[in-house]
Amino acid sequence: MANQNEKLMEIRDLCVTYKTRLGSVSAVDHVSFDIFKGEILGLVGESGCGKSTMGKALMRMIDPPGEISSGQIILEGEDIMGYTPDQMRDVRGRKISMIFQDPMTSLNPTQRVDEHIIEAIQVHEPKTTKENGLGRATSLIERLGIQQRRLNSYPHQLSGGMRQRVMIALGLVLNANLIVADEATTSLDVIVEAKLADQLREIRDEFGVALLAITHNIALVAELADRIAVMYAGHMAEIGPVEDVFDNPLHPYTQGLLSSVPNIKLDDTEELYKMAGEPPNLTHPPSGCRFHPRCPKAMPICSKLAPKFEEVTPGRQVQCWLYQDHPQKETPAIKVTA
Amino acid sequence: MTELSTLPEQEKSLVEINNLRRWFPVQKNFIDQMLAQKIDYVRAVDDVTFNIRQGEAFGLAGESGSGKSTIGRLTIGLDKPTKGEVIFDGINLGKQSSEELRKLRRRMQVIFQDPMASLNPRMTLGDAIMEGLRIHKPELKQQHRDMVLTMMEKVGMTPPLFFFNKYPHQISGGQRQRVVIARALITQPDLILADEPIAMADVSVRALLLDLMVQLKKEFNLTYLFITHDLATAKYICERIGILYLGKMMEMSDLREVYGHPLHPYTQALLAAVPVPDPHQRRTQPMPEGEIPNPINPPSGCRFHPRCPIAKEQCSQVEPVFRELRPGHFVACHFAEQNL
Repeated sequence: MANQNEKLMEIRDLCVTYKTRLGSVSAVDHVSFDIFKGEILGLVGESGCGKSTMGKALMRMIDPPGEISSGQIILEGEDIMGYTPDQMRDVRGRKISMIFQDPMTSLNPTQRVDEHIIEAIQVHEPKTTKENGLGRATSLIERLGIQQRRLNSYPHQLSGGMRQRVMIALGLVLNANLIVADEATTSLDVIVEAKLADQLREIRDEFGVALLAITHNIALVAELADRIAVMYAGHMAEIGPVEDVFDNPLHPYTQGLLSSVPNIKLDDTEELYKMAGEPPNLTHPPSGCRFHPRCPKAMPICSKLAPKFEEVTPGRQVQCWLYQDHPQKETPAIKVTA
Repeated sequence: MTELSTLPEQEKSLVEINNLRRWFPVQKNFIDQMLAQKIDYVRAVDDVTFNIRQGEAFGLAGESGSGKSTIGRLTIGLDKPTKGEVIFDGINLGKQSSEELRKLRRRMQVIFQDPMASLNPRMTLGDAIMEGLRIHKPELKQQHRDMVLTMMEKVGMTPPLFFFNKYPHQISGGQRQRVVIARALITQPDLILADEPIAMADVSVRALLLDLMVQLKKEFNLTYLFITHDLATAKYICERIGILYLGKMMEMSDLREVYGHPLHPYTQALLAAVPVPDPHQRRTQPMPEGEIPNPINPPSGCRFHPRCPIAKEQCSQVEPVFRELRPGHFVACHFAEQNL
């Protein structure tokens, strides 16, 4: 985990809204967090919480009717929100690359693996010769555990795990600093998924690339990530080192979420926590804290005012009134010790 | 192949699956058909034998392509086996006419993964649940509405009158799955085939659905055939489990026995691969190489041998016998005795 404390990307007060016939939906609502160099950050949440929107927003790939309505995305000191389309094209691929759930829809079915990789290089580095590109493709693909002869294969001739590794190769070939993996292992079988997770960690160690792993699989984040970020209904509920958050979750949503994850170990408790209700519809999000209608610890203030996303101990931030003081709040804030 | 005669007599089987085989012919293009004399088959299910006891939740787990869903469809007579037999409560499904099968279907119902695909978008929830009653209990027409309302309450759709006239798109995914469960239970079935019933639900909703299924099983004295790729979830509902690989049953026993003392190298790898929601217990052992091979030309001998860490020459030549190594614990591995 090199450069663990150097910030690669700072997301400040980011809002993404989708305009729909039923009104605008704030899929990401005033979210701020950092991504450090060379870290694996697991971004978890249930469907519709805005985690995928967040991933796309980092590359400014939100399509109409959605838009990034406000906020800053600071990459290595520069706010990419002010970049021109040409500058953005250079950022995508060279600085940040993305892997999606279904590699078959990301790969061109009429292009061989080597053509994919060489094209990616030549688009960003037009002076590269084909031979040079092929050399880079070969060494990278072998590093990822795919035989060299597979460079001549078409996507349909590869297995699901191999296709996903080709996608990773496409992300690595231009030395991107950040790979956004949106449910990248979800369509794979468990054994293949476990192997890919091992590989992602090795790649991080070897290339120093940061990984934002967006997933609904909380157990996988426990297995893979350095830090975990929990989103709920467009808000960032909690963020912190993965061991700390699993040992002592602060936000009541995180507490409920983590104790409702099935655990295969036989010595674990037999009962899963049953969270009341379901995630809200974001056309009409609940007032105040968006989790308050489902929260077992809700107080009067929770339905009136939204809490701030604040640091409670070094490295741990949470958006919950339990840990904050306010004149309208009757009970004092809970102090968290590191 | 294997006789399950060693089972204690008192544990009555509701379903017996004997040497079940389902091969799907592979459609080839015209020229290939003319040139090649033989037809290729996808061996989705190949000589699988097991039983489901009255009142138990039996899990079938495996990766994609292992044949678990095909076995499910064969079990309730939605598909016909290439070979072998399915005996439901003493009745051999293969020997029934389609009319007799239709009557039997009242006693076996299905819950699929995607409730949106299982529900007719133009039918109200009440009508959707009532459909089974119209077909199987037309004589009780006067009571249909009350029966539906009672069932909606039982699956947690309260107040039932609020939901009765709604359409599937107006309710959440978790509630939709409750409708599908209510629709399955309304005909008072004995066996429920649940094919990945909660795979689509979010984590926070999943626990509630699992709990509902466990409760309903007790209340209505149901037997479940629970098909899943998620071994962690299976732990919370299944009493016994069978592990499938490429159309073959690899291991079968009580769930706690399989999870606690897996005897087959495949089961061991599969269990180790499941991520544990605890960062202090990260997996350290390496995973087997490769992915599930093509079921058209499955590996010779033991189908797992190309990926197996302990494979020897024998494994590629001789198919291991699916045999009982401990009471009720069946394994198909030449070297399973070493793990005892």
